[in-house]
Amino acid sequence: MLSLRDIKLDLETKENLLNGVSLDIMPGKLTVITGPNGGGKTSLAKLIAGLYVPTSGQILLDGEDISHMSVTDRAKRGIAYAFQQPVAFKGITVRNLMEMASGTEMHESALCRILDRVGLCAREYMDRDMDSRLSGGEMKRIEIATVLARPAKYLLFDEPEAGIDLWSFSSLISAFEDLKKDEDRALLIISHQERILNIADNVAVIREGVITQYGTKDEVLPNLMQGGGCSPKGKEMY
Amino acid sequence: MNSITEEILKEITDWDGIFSGAYSLRENGECISFQNSDNIRIVKKEDKSGIDIYISSAAKETVYIPACVTKSAVEDVVYNDFHVQSGADVVIVAGCGVHTDAEEGSAHNGIHRFFLEKDSRVVYKEKHVGIGNGAGKRVIDPVTYAELEENSVLEMETLQLHGVDRTTRDTKAVLGRGAKLKIHESILTDKDQSASTKFLVDLNGDDSSVDLVSRSVAKDDSVQEYSSVINGNVRCTGHSECDAILAGNGRVNASPALNAACIDASLIHEAAIGKIAGEQIIKLMTLGLTEEEAEEKIIAGFLGA
Repeated sequence: MLSLRDIKLDLETKENLLNGVSLDIMPGKLTVITGPNGGGKTSLAKLIAGLYVPTSGQILLDGEDISHMSVTDRAKRGIAYAFQQPVAFKGITVRNLMEMASGTEMHESALCRILDRVGLCAREYMDRDMDSRLSGGEMKRIEIATVLARPAKYLLFDEPEAGIDLWSFSSLISAFEDLKKDEDRALLIISHQERILNIADNVAVIREGVITQYGTKDEVLPNLMQGGGCSPKGKEMY
Repeated sequence: MNSITEEILKEITDWDGIFSGAYSLRENGECISFQNSDNIRIVKKEDKSGIDIYISSAAKETVYIPACVTKSAVEDVVYNDFHVQSGADVVIVAGCGVHTDAEEGSAHNGIHRFFLEKDSRVVYKEKHVGIGNGAGKRVIDPVTYAELEENSVLEMETLQLHGVDRTTRDTKAVLGRGAKLKIHESILTDKDQSASTKFLVDLNGDDSSVDLVSRSVAKDDSVQEYSSVINGNVRCTGHSECDAILAGNGRVNASPALNAACIDASLIHEAAIGKIAGEQIIKLMTLGLTEEEAEEKIIAGFLGA
């Protein structure tokens, strides 16, 4: 289990980004964190992945305090993180990136299995550079695929729906539903989308650095459904 | 062939003890071995040091022209001319290694000229390295001149990854109708090394094109200079891209120039110089790499090493 204990986070640019957040993320469960922009969702994900160090509080990974552990060591202990904004690399191919993610050489069939889940054909993409010649949507899908390729126990996705077309989004929902079946892996998804919230086991609402609601999907969702605009991917909750 | 030559050959070519097909091997300023093939004839020059390589229309093969300097106090200058007949389709593996274990340096200057007839195609691969523990400077100053006739294609892949203390690269090309020139150059310098590279491309034939990509990494106190001039004199397309990564106190000066002398000349230049983006390192660290491993991967990918 990944546990956040009374986490506070101040950065030079902003104080009270997180202000006493406690949360348990359990294997075999899909937890969705939602809430208004600027509420602290991405800060929370970055904190778990090690990009930020908490000002106070503890992060426990299967009982071990990882609060001050490096990004690399957290990755090696089984935390995988899909960035909201994919990173471009000149000269690093999709295959290179996927092999770094999986930690092994990958044959075309293995690349196919992963990339197919995000709606990409491995044969078409594996030798292409992960750079600006790919569209934003393509890069986003590859970013998600790097996490799907990781042999990690805790999978974090920061707004996976952003920049993704409708067809790929449906494919992504299926991928998340498949991952949910694995009792040994925990999914944490930051999202505004109703369709992602609908496949959640647990939902946390974070607002102004504080978790204002937490419970099962059935407990939390009815309160959220009263607002929000409609989009083909489902309602935008915030 | 001495053992240092063997070491250099393994690094700059895919040599595994024997070259099949045509080759010319140069060691410390002399051709120590060569071999013709049915379609490629190598002839020693009478008036100066070097060879003429005659590549016939039927040639569809690889020819090796490596040069090795294995000791100090060698100043090797070689003139190699490649005459590529119409329809030939070949890979030329050149490259050079300079080794010194002494206080005195060594140098190799390869002056290569390419004459590509109509519809011929050449892939030219060149890797430069410096090895040995001596304080003497390892210097490699290649000069390249290429004439591309109608619809011929020249692809140049040049790579300098380590150990070359000083290099001045001078590349000129003149393109005829429909000819295509593609250059991908990668240079890494570190310590107090310096590298200067200059390109001058004249697009003189309608529908000719050049795609010039330069990637450089300047570490420690090293300095690199890049300049390119693409002259679009007719209906043509030209693209140049010089990207550089800085590390430590590394410096890079880039001076790209595009001269369009025809309304239908379409020329583009892109350039970016800076340190490795922090988000690139962080992304690879989230995949389990250390910061140092991430930097190595980013640089290796960037240089195509």
